[in-house]
Amino acid sequence: MPSLPDMTTPNLAALAGDATAQGGHPAVPAPDAGQPEFTEWLQRVGDNCLILGHRLSEWCGHGPALEEDIAIANQSLDLIGQCQLWLGLAAEVEGRGRSADDLAYLRDVLAFRNVVLVERPNGDFGQTLMRQFLFDAFHLELLRGLESSTDARVADIASKAVKEVAYHLERSADLVIRLGDGTADSHARMQKALDLLFPYTGEMFADDATDRAMANAGIAPLPSTLKPAWDAVVAEVLTAASLTHPGEVWQHGTTGTGGGKRGIHSEHLGYLLAEMQFLQRAYPGATW
Amino acid sequence: METAIRPDEAQIWDWLSQVPDPEIPVISLTDLGIIRDVEWQDDTLVVTVTPTYSGCPATTIINLDIESALRDHGIDKLRLDRRLSPPWTTDWLTKEGRQKLADYGIAAPIDGTAADGRLVGRIARLAGTSNLVITCPRCGSNATQKISQFGSTPCKASYRCTDCLEPFDYFKCI
Repeated sequence: MPSLPDMTTPNLAALAGDATAQGGHPAVPAPDAGQPEFTEWLQRVGDNCLILGHRLSEWCGHGPALEEDIAIANQSLDLIGQCQLWLGLAAEVEGRGRSADDLAYLRDVLAFRNVVLVERPNGDFGQTLMRQFLFDAFHLELLRGLESSTDARVADIASKAVKEVAYHLERSADLVIRLGDGTADSHARMQKALDLLFPYTGEMFADDATDRAMANAGIAPLPSTLKPAWDAVVAEVLTAASLTHPGEVWQHGTTGTGGGKRGIHSEHLGYLLAEMQFLQRAYPGATW
Repeated sequence: METAIRPDEAQIWDWLSQVPDPEIPVISLTDLGIIRDVEWQDDTLVVTVTPTYSGCPATTIINLDIESALRDHGIDKLRLDRRLSPPWTTDWLTKEGRQKLADYGIAAPIDGTAADGRLVGRIARLAGTSNLVITCPRCGSNATQKISQFGSTPCKASYRCTDCLEPFDYFKCI
């Protein structure tokens, strides 16, 4: 399926031509040479934060208890803050004159690079928490690996975000244990959430050409290398939560060319973007 | 050559120590430990600031407050730089800042207890075997309980005292 024409990326050749014709210099940043994979990868990291941050924000005012409502909104804020840093760097590396806001609000669904897990609808509170735990455990391992990135900008962002995400994992693991090992109803809901979401976790650890290019450059760890640590944390928490590990199940987005990392999303992302991007679509360039 | 009177850096630090944190106005930006550097580069004053949290909504207000405070003191050429690394930690809160927080009713962070995500620490806390004691800033009791890991601002958690029965904020340790 062809994507819609790109209306938002500046036409650099035309801008440069205009500027030259007027005798001025084109105010266009130079792209970091030969790093399309780097831009692509930064969007994956940033989009995971953005989409999960937006999903969590949907709970604002609807949490099961005031404290949970506040906690979820705070986590959303952390993730959206991290997304600004990642997408800001993505825009800088891309060098096409776009900003983090342009990437967040003006790309269409096929240009998003988040894993499908984070765009899953919130479901009940158990599903939201289970999604958060499964992602937090991956996110923490990823950020720990990125702290020693060969790119200082990546290492700096990771060293900031890793502390926030350690805190997130502490909370989500705590609640998965308390609800999994809670009442019959809460246990059943957590098990159902786990069985529903587990098939979406494999994509986080599936390596592709972009991942290999990043690993070869020393910018990021290969996703598959994060799996053993994630497996250990998940197994330990699920055991403490008296939940049954789903075991080896079929995983979405790990074969062929599918998966959110390559822009093949579930139907849910489009609805999310329709809400998240509404204002910039209706009133292009609006600021306040 | 024009030689404008250039306040020295100690003077600038002093001015910044009078700028309150917009969310917790009892402590200043220097108490909070987010001003990382003050330096003249030729005739431009460069103030380096680190954010507390990536998404802290107070960040832009803080930058605005720094700028207007220094402009009020006659500094025209001013640049604010953001520095992410090393990342802010609650260990950077000054002694004075901790005292002011306690007086205000916010329990100050306990150093060295920052969330590190290690499972051992988490399980210890979940099992109640952690020896971490948060003292109630109101009555001084050690009989306190965590209500939520997150509180009214990104930098605080919610606790309650089982002696005086009052809820209170505790600085999240990162």
